[in-house]
Amino acid sequence: MEAKKLAAKAKVKPISASDKAFDIANYVLLAFVLFITAYPLYYVLIASVSDPFKVYAGQTMIRPVGFSWGGYERIFQDPMITRGYLNSIVYTTLGSFVSVVLTCVSGYALSKKTLPGRRWIMLFLLFTMYFNGGLIPTYLTVRDVGMFNTIWALIIPNAISVYNLIIARTFFESNIAESLTEAASIDGSSNIGTMVRIVMPLSTPIIAVMVVFYAVGLWNNWFDALIYTTKSDMAPLQLVLRSILIKSQASSDMMMGMDANYAEKQKVTEMIKFASIVVASVPMLIIYPFVQKYFSKGIMIGAVKG
Amino acid sequence: MNHWEFYLLLVPMFVIIFVFKYVPMYGVQIAFKDFKASLGIMGSPWSDPLMKHFMKFFNSYNFSRLVINTFLLSFETLIFSFPLPIILALMLNQVPNKKFQRTVQTVVYAPHFISVMVLAGMLHIFLSPYGGLVNLVINMFGGESIYFLGDAKWFRPVYIISGIWQDTGWGTIIYLATLSGVNVELYEAATVDGANKLQRIWHIDVPALLPTIIILFIMNFGNLMSVGFEKAYLLQTDLNKGASDIIATYVYEQGVLKTQYSFSTAVGLFNTVINIVLLVTVNQISKRVGDVSLW
Repeated sequence: MEAKKLAAKAKVKPISASDKAFDIANYVLLAFVLFITAYPLYYVLIASVSDPFKVYAGQTMIRPVGFSWGGYERIFQDPMITRGYLNSIVYTTLGSFVSVVLTCVSGYALSKKTLPGRRWIMLFLLFTMYFNGGLIPTYLTVRDVGMFNTIWALIIPNAISVYNLIIARTFFESNIAESLTEAASIDGSSNIGTMVRIVMPLSTPIIAVMVVFYAVGLWNNWFDALIYTTKSDMAPLQLVLRSILIKSQASSDMMMGMDANYAEKQKVTEMIKFASIVVASVPMLIIYPFVQKYFSKGIMIGAVKG
Repeated sequence: MNHWEFYLLLVPMFVIIFVFKYVPMYGVQIAFKDFKASLGIMGSPWSDPLMKHFMKFFNSYNFSRLVINTFLLSFETLIFSFPLPIILALMLNQVPNKKFQRTVQTVVYAPHFISVMVLAGMLHIFLSPYGGLVNLVINMFGGESIYFLGDAKWFRPVYIISGIWQDTGWGTIIYLATLSGVNVELYEAATVDGANKLQRIWHIDVPALLPTIIILFIMNFGNLMSVGFEKAYLLQTDLNKGASDIIATYVYEQGVLKTQYSFSTAVGLFNTVINIVLLVTVNQISKRVGDVSLW
């Protein structure tokens, strides 16, 4: 808004030399930031469709060389990766659904300023942001409630992020007028009915933002699966990536020095590394631009001020 | 007004937070016990002396190393990373071309949505001494390849620079939202008074951001000893442990890999207590000095 007005003003008034210099420097710097941020991602993309030997010879810095879909073909033939992909889709879909419903519903209830005990419930929640039982006591609790080696261990313990809950509550507080919900209850609607029929349809921005936040968290999670599951067929994609990207790279860096033929033997592994990064990252990189416009509208400010 | 429906809506949330956040807090007592799985949390005997596991940690040769590594990693991260989103937000806010602004925002947010696993994987590949991108560039300029992840002195720079790449863009959101609330008339008045862009930034934008900056700084400073486990663990190799061994990775190692439940919990509790003390102290100072407080 204000930038528009400023731009309009700038057209009327001649821009001073120092402001012009500022604008140029600003554009140059931002272009640099843009390049630094995007290039590593671009490099991974072109390397994923190039001959691995050309990649490691440094010939694929600008465009793909020795173009082939080989890496992707191998990925979709690998039972561990396809299984992991499927697992991640299930965990993310189910987990986001549970989390978003719980967060929006509790956020709405806590947005009612007249709710007795609201302050205490908020304290109950905020306290967990500063103090926690730590790794082992949490692990023992998850085991004791019988969630070990079940999908629930990956969904329920972290189903509610207090941070997201506060974002949602702030949204309802500032966007849903009391008069609106009061009018509905005078017309005989129950509070829950009002929430489902009137409040939630008006709150699609916050619901969309919550879906993205939780989906990203679930899709990218590997640690819970590492400690709460032992069955390899339960591993989400990110955990499968660990053996492809981290363990094999660390050992190949050491082996390369010792065995001259090692590179040849490793070709298959190298081919799938870049492709697996692309396949694991693309879903989340596609969804966030859809809710991006809400980020800058101050949705997140409430969470910082608690 | 009838409130029972709202309480009903809060029940599932309450149960989940209670079971998975508060019950583990109760379980923290195993830090003072000799936990045996067969006896459970309640049944396990108290340690003798009570602080046995803490003393073991304080007296181990790992103690000072872990505390120093944890502190340096997060302190250096804070110093180098904290100012960048503020600067980037101020720059973005000055872009007259909205389309360009949106494009830059979309791109700089992207790394935030990449998992720590993928980020660590990319670092392992890019930093490899055999055909890794970074070393290819170094070679191009005539330099010798560096085995970054095999050298403790490179661990912190790698951790911090990759963190800057991943989080700077995302960090601008809160500042951009604050800046969009600045009264346009202030700019107009300043322009009439002959202030150029740099002066407008310094005298209008920066003061507008100051409360947000202070709050975020308190929060970051209070979290100084709670470095995320994941990235440090995934970037750790046998060769860089001198810098990459931090409290969080040690808690995992001792607790999950070596099943020293009581000892690991004691180390974790020590870390949590330090965090709280830090947070309260910093908050107290800023309350007195700047009248800004988290509570």
